[in-house]
Amino acid sequence: MKKQVPLLITFLTGFIVIVSFFVPHRPFGILETQVLTWYAIIFGFTMLIGVDSLIRLHVRKTQRRKKGWWYSIVFFAGFLYCFVTGVISLIRTSNPFSPGTVFFYGYRTILIPLQSTMFALLAFFIASASYRAFRARNIDATFLLIAAVIVMIGRVPAGYKLWPRLPEVANWILNVLQMGPMRGVMIGIALGAVAMSLRLILGIERTYLT
Amino acid sequence: MENKKDFLDWITSIDRKFIFAIIAIVVLIPILLGIQEEVQISPSVNSAYRTIENLDSNDVVLISIDYDPASMPELQPMLKAMLRHAFRKDVKVIMMCFWPLGLPIGTQGLEQVAAEYSKAYGKDYVNIGYRPGDRAVMVEMGREIRHFFRTDVSDVPLDSFPLMKDIHNYNDISLVVGLEAGIYGDYWVQYVGSRYNQRIILGVTGVMATQTYPYLQSGQIEGLIGGLKGAAEYETLIGTPGFGLTGMAAQSWAHVAIVVFIIIGNIGYFLTRRREKRFRVEGRR
Repeated sequence: MKKQVPLLITFLTGFIVIVSFFVPHRPFGILETQVLTWYAIIFGFTMLIGVDSLIRLHVRKTQRRKKGWWYSIVFFAGFLYCFVTGVISLIRTSNPFSPGTVFFYGYRTILIPLQSTMFALLAFFIASASYRAFRARNIDATFLLIAAVIVMIGRVPAGYKLWPRLPEVANWILNVLQMGPMRGVMIGIALGAVAMSLRLILGIERTYLT
Repeated sequence: MENKKDFLDWITSIDRKFIFAIIAIVVLIPILLGIQEEVQISPSVNSAYRTIENLDSNDVVLISIDYDPASMPELQPMLKAMLRHAFRKDVKVIMMCFWPLGLPIGTQGLEQVAAEYSKAYGKDYVNIGYRPGDRAVMVEMGREIRHFFRTDVSDVPLDSFPLMKDIHNYNDISLVVGLEAGIYGDYWVQYVGSRYNQRIILGVTGVMATQTYPYLQSGQIEGLIGGLKGAAEYETLIGTPGFGLTGMAAQSWAHVAIVVFIIIGNIGYFLTRRREKRFRVEGRR
């Protein structure tokens, strides 16, 4: 029973969604609407599972005084701030992100600078890593290096100033040379997703039950 | 010989703090001085521009904010440029988002540009906010938007807005614009474009542009705006320079600096290899 019920739910859900794609009329259309609504609700609850898992991880880390455990204190402070101010702001206004709320203040003055800084650091590390690792060690690496340099320079105004046709060469690399392999990868992923979905719907793939 | 060795040592082991400092300088100077560089218009951005240019005041564009502050420097200029273009043509705008942290920045962009063009909330534009459920929401919006969005971002019923009165599903929406920093661009194409024949334009971060090009070539999307360069191109097309063009100068200089470092690294690599080879030959003798 523990296995049959989830397998049946999976089968019916998959079946309804697939059939309603081709026959969007009654009763499949309405059933699909229900299934999708449940999906959205469950999706919302998965965030709670994420929060629960994150808290447990940091509690364990703090209790065992693992390396860098005090970063977990920063996490707890941040979590508490978001939770308390989020609830207060939600009670006071319908949207906690409304300008003027405490939650929005934290978002604007803490989260935006932190996230932007984290992403901006990439530029520095990419520059350092390119200098250290991007070497023409063999013929394959040389081709990759040449293509990367052309695209990097060809996609910015400096490339046009260097040689007006360089942007065209960069676009050609993107539109022709990289397109074939990229399309192959995407088709491969799609076929893999179809195969895996069928295995799940038909109950062949059961690892999610364990 | 000693001098040559010093030079070789230097170019093969440049301190990363030095690299960081150079990158900081080449990024900061153009931004602080407000330097803007001319960009060449690519066919993919031109195609996106043409699609919006061909809309009129009866058309409605749905803009999905699927990014957060980390990707804001690349995607926010795109959002503002496209909003300016749409409002200039009196095209109606509905904004939604699948990234909860993108909601405030999307709202800020929308309110700012709407104020520039004196657009009225509820009549010219509506912000329906965030809903969890990504693909489920996208598919269900093809039947009835209100199944997931009964109210707008401020909890006001959608039916109370004149703009939303006749808008129920994708049949009533002329174009979907997805501003993407993740997988949602693929979802728009696969679940909305293919199922409902919805016209779509995608604006994506620079690193994602390569994986989005196949959709453009196959005609599944009508335009692609890739990275900060795409934003700068769009700003050029609408004739309103913004952060895209300023940021492009910084990006241009940074790319040149990275390429110079790559060249220096490779010169060092080949000189070291040649020296080692020579030492081996001399050792054998």
